[in-house]
Amino acid sequence: MLSRVANNIYWMNRYIERAENYSRFIDVNLNLTLDLREETVEQWEPLVMATGDEQRFKAQFSGATREHVLYFLTADPKNPNSILSCLLAARENARSVREIISSEMWEHVNRFYRMVKDAAVKTFDTPRQRGFFGEVKQASHLFVGITDATMSHGQGWHFGRLGRLLERADKTSRILDVKYFFLLPSVQAVGSSLDDIQWAALLKSTSALEMYRKRYGRIAPYQVAEFLVLNPEFPRAIHYCLIKSEESLHAILGSEVGRFENVAEKRLGRLVADVTYVSIEEIMSEGLHEFLDNFQTKLNYVGDGIAETFFTLRLDEGPRSLEMLQ
Amino acid sequence: MKFTSYDHEGYYDEMFDLSALPRPNAVLLMQKIQSLPDGELKKRQHAAEAVLLDKGVTFGVYGDEVGIERIFPFDSIPRLIEMSEWDRIERGLRQRVIALNMFIDDIYHGQKIIKDGAVPAELVFSSKGFRSQCMGLNPPKGIWCHVSGIDLVRDRDGTIYVLEDNLRCPSGVAYVLGNRYLMKRTLPELFEAYRIRPVDDYPSRLLETLQYLSNVSKPTVVILTPGIYNSAYFEHSFLAQQMGVELVEGRDLVVAGGWVHMRTTKGLQRVDVIYRRIDDDFLDPRVFRSDSQLGIPGLMEAYSQGRVALANAPGTGIADDKVIYAYVPKIIKYYLGEEPILPNVPTYLCCDPKDRTYVLDNLDRLVVKVAAESGGYGMLIGPHATRQELTEYAERIEADPRNYLAQPTLALSRVPCIVEDHFEGRHVDLRPYILCGSDVYITPGGLTRVALIKGSLVVNSSQGGGSKDTWVLA
Repeated sequence: MLSRVANNIYWMNRYIERAENYSRFIDVNLNLTLDLREETVEQWEPLVMATGDEQRFKAQFSGATREHVLYFLTADPKNPNSILSCLLAARENARSVREIISSEMWEHVNRFYRMVKDAAVKTFDTPRQRGFFGEVKQASHLFVGITDATMSHGQGWHFGRLGRLLERADKTSRILDVKYFFLLPSVQAVGSSLDDIQWAALLKSTSALEMYRKRYGRIAPYQVAEFLVLNPEFPRAIHYCLIKSEESLHAILGSEVGRFENVAEKRLGRLVADVTYVSIEEIMSEGLHEFLDNFQTKLNYVGDGIAETFFTLRLDEGPRSLEMLQ
Repeated sequence: MKFTSYDHEGYYDEMFDLSALPRPNAVLLMQKIQSLPDGELKKRQHAAEAVLLDKGVTFGVYGDEVGIERIFPFDSIPRLIEMSEWDRIERGLRQRVIALNMFIDDIYHGQKIIKDGAVPAELVFSSKGFRSQCMGLNPPKGIWCHVSGIDLVRDRDGTIYVLEDNLRCPSGVAYVLGNRYLMKRTLPELFEAYRIRPVDDYPSRLLETLQYLSNVSKPTVVILTPGIYNSAYFEHSFLAQQMGVELVEGRDLVVAGGWVHMRTTKGLQRVDVIYRRIDDDFLDPRVFRSDSQLGIPGLMEAYSQGRVALANAPGTGIADDKVIYAYVPKIIKYYLGEEPILPNVPTYLCCDPKDRTYVLDNLDRLVVKVAAESGGYGMLIGPHATRQELTEYAERIEADPRNYLAQPTLALSRVPCIVEDHFEGRHVDLRPYILCGSDVYITPGGLTRVALIKGSLVVNSSQGGGSKDTWVLA
């Protein structure tokens, strides 16, 4: 597979996953504000923090009002990570590999983009327009389903899944980080119904509430963190994302999990081990924020390793490429 | 929708004769369409447009904002071509392409045709399509133009003329296949009524043509595209998908150890045949334009060593220069000793003083074209131009006469098109695609392009054209 094509499939998936996560963040926060209207000021700044784009936001807007944040995260063409920009980028990527992916995938991404583009001219303040965020989530799920059902599960598919799951691991870690950071200081509120609602909202934003209930029953901050970081079976939990990413990474070159042949495999393998063998008590004693911050840095490092190994092949790059010249 | 009020306005109509009766083959077509319930045709036409948008069957438009895409409008009434007429066209195209290939080969080798005085040397060497870098090159199997698109038009009296030859990177064949697909969805009942020669085997024929150029047993074929912002990107991607070959950009290819490779996730992989959809100028910055970002340094060296095949070969632009076009009938006679089967449109070359005077005196009645342009860019349609446009154009001609030629304004034949809730005649041309490999293959029919703007004679997609499915009846 061409390096450029692999790169495009990887990023097409990352962008769609990113758009989905943004929709989740926003949707949950919108619902939360309905509950909290009386009790507190609306919290929109944490959303911007979760995306890591605070600086860009502050350069553009004077305050984190609902209107500004919604526009910035949804329809702002100047924000390269807004839902609109993500879909534009996903479609450009899809367009440049449309002969590689299935026609169904291409047509879906094309329609998905047009849906977002048409919606982006509106504001998102009436209940009907809020349905948009649910539609983005669904369209993203549909994309994954169509991909699974119509594209051969070969190299290209694995690059796609790799991109999607690394993106998801990153976003789960960010939303958890922000909520924890904001929710924990209010010691007096611990155990109150407000507290319960906010933690439930966090779980909902990752579609995790129902699965969490089945596993733990009552909501407790420690256990929420444990579920979203360490659960190996829940598809939006960090651990799950890493396990499946590693499977895909090794499937690409046909190497064995547990060994490594390049920096990408080495770095991801190490990160998987970190998360597999750490306990929630250890994480908490180190500090959840520190743990997550550290995790995001390592995850970026994995991403760089993937780019080095597969996407930016150089001629002077050692035996693997020279061998092919013979 | 009925044809009762349809008016041919004195033009040659592909569907109706001058007494407004359907031509024999079109009787069934007319009946079938008229038997549809009210509003049904329009509904199906809309459904077809929605399919184009969903599938992203679009082309880019230059000059507008980057990244603008439009669908290529499709009209649901097919254009019919009689089998006997098609046979003659096919023979004419074959003859023309074979002669043009011999001409190109001669120009880059012995130049016998120039020495014998059949084509003037100064026209060849001043042509923007002539590439001195190609002198002495021997393309694999001696073929230069593997894929050609030759534009045909019909005048008021029914005569079919060759309007121009496209021997560099002719585009549009994806729409031939796309239109047929749409047509089968839109009006399947028509396919039961007619026997229509299929066009769907084009990608297989193209792949055979390309594979034939390599002596490797399972050659690696790729399509080289300038990228997603190119106006014909959809076609590049479509053909790659249909042939099951890689679609590459210049940056995906590299010459290493004298051979061409593509960069893959598992290292470098050798490439044997490149169907390139970028212009000569951008192929190799070491040989052609040094500022090319699209090209592959060292490609021409590998090509001249016979280590990779390029389709079309570099340098074919010499034979689709619109001034050289005027000499094609002579070229056919010179190499094949035959009379041309398909006539040229009478052409006045502005580099010839006598012709130039005639052109300048009759500018308001002529169509004037730029020798080295395609896609309808830079063209003047005398009868539709303002006085000021005519004056300005005359100045341009005098400043650079070699670059201009003129032809009488033909009354291009028309076909009925759906316009709101009725049918109106619109002017059309026809571009069949010709493949030269071990044999010559011609798409039955080709792309019928329609000038959708009322009264317009310009059919190019970049200038408001659309298209129709074209049926060669078996």
